[in-house]
Amino acid sequence: MKFGVVVFPGSNCDADCYHVIRNVAQQDVEYIWHQQHDVKGFDALVLPGGFSYGDYLRTGAIARFSPVMPAVIEFARRGGPVIGICNGFQILLEAGLLPGAMLRNRSLTFICETVNLRVNRTDTMFTNRYAKDQILQIPIAHGEGNYYCDNDTLKRLQDNQQILFTYCDSEGRETEEANPNGSVANIAGIINEQGNVLGMMPHPERCSEPILGGSDGLGIFLSVIDWCQGVSRK
Amino acid sequence: MIRANIYVTLKKGVLDPQGEAVSRSLQVMGYQGVQEVRIGKFIQIVLDSDDPEAAGRQLEEMSDKLLANPVIEDFRIEIVAGE
Repeated sequence: MKFGVVVFPGSNCDADCYHVIRNVAQQDVEYIWHQQHDVKGFDALVLPGGFSYGDYLRTGAIARFSPVMPAVIEFARRGGPVIGICNGFQILLEAGLLPGAMLRNRSLTFICETVNLRVNRTDTMFTNRYAKDQILQIPIAHGEGNYYCDNDTLKRLQDNQQILFTYCDSEGRETEEANPNGSVANIAGIINEQGNVLGMMPHPERCSEPILGGSDGLGIFLSVIDWCQGVSRK
Repeated sequence: MIRANIYVTLKKGVLDPQGEAVSRSLQVMGYQGVQEVRIGKFIQIVLDSDDPEAAGRQLEEMSDKLLANPVIEDFRIEIVAGE
């Protein structure tokens, strides 16, 4: 299966994603420059982390209008798997592919540390390699990862089980202390209603092989691969 | 030419960590009456247009699409000068 890693000016986790997909998950992968107008031939897309357009105006706000975005949005609407990591998540929010918005971290500081995440669902294309309530250790690195949405949206996210990953303590409890940035309901990652678009602030591509201190993130890439190959076999 | 000022502010109820930090700092500096600080953006735009109504509509659209994020922000447009 073939992944596309979308590269915006200022993306800086594109090479990490490419490496994990190609060398660890052993799948085809190509970069997609943000000025391309189509994403034909790709089975899954990754919007990587970084500081697209220098985070000017708002994180992701300018990237959202890149020439490639209409094709990304169309790909998502047709059910293609899309993973937005960190800045990629911010771009998906700005593009309206996922609900909500990002605010500055509650602490006002850029936070770069490994956090605990709880996997809330395993029947999705992004988490089928994990166990329910499994606790993952995945690093975050952001200044604006304080997920915000209004109460109605939060209720919809909860009712539709769209909250895939939450910040938790080592026992899996979603405590205030375990919430690094002030996100509503400890939200670290959500999917859209159809379940084919994932946005998450933590960086799975930074912990996908033991040499980097852990491989808890690899399951996300492998889940997508399994899911797509399972679907294609049917 | 039309000049416009656009004020982008966080919606009521949306946490403003920057504003809170500045508010605390002002209090530490001894300004005791500071109740609340909210930080927003101020954007100046010059348009090559002589139709304030059309310009207003265009600025509204720009604000809604790009300059502000309607999930967390409100905006106000002020056309200051047409020459």
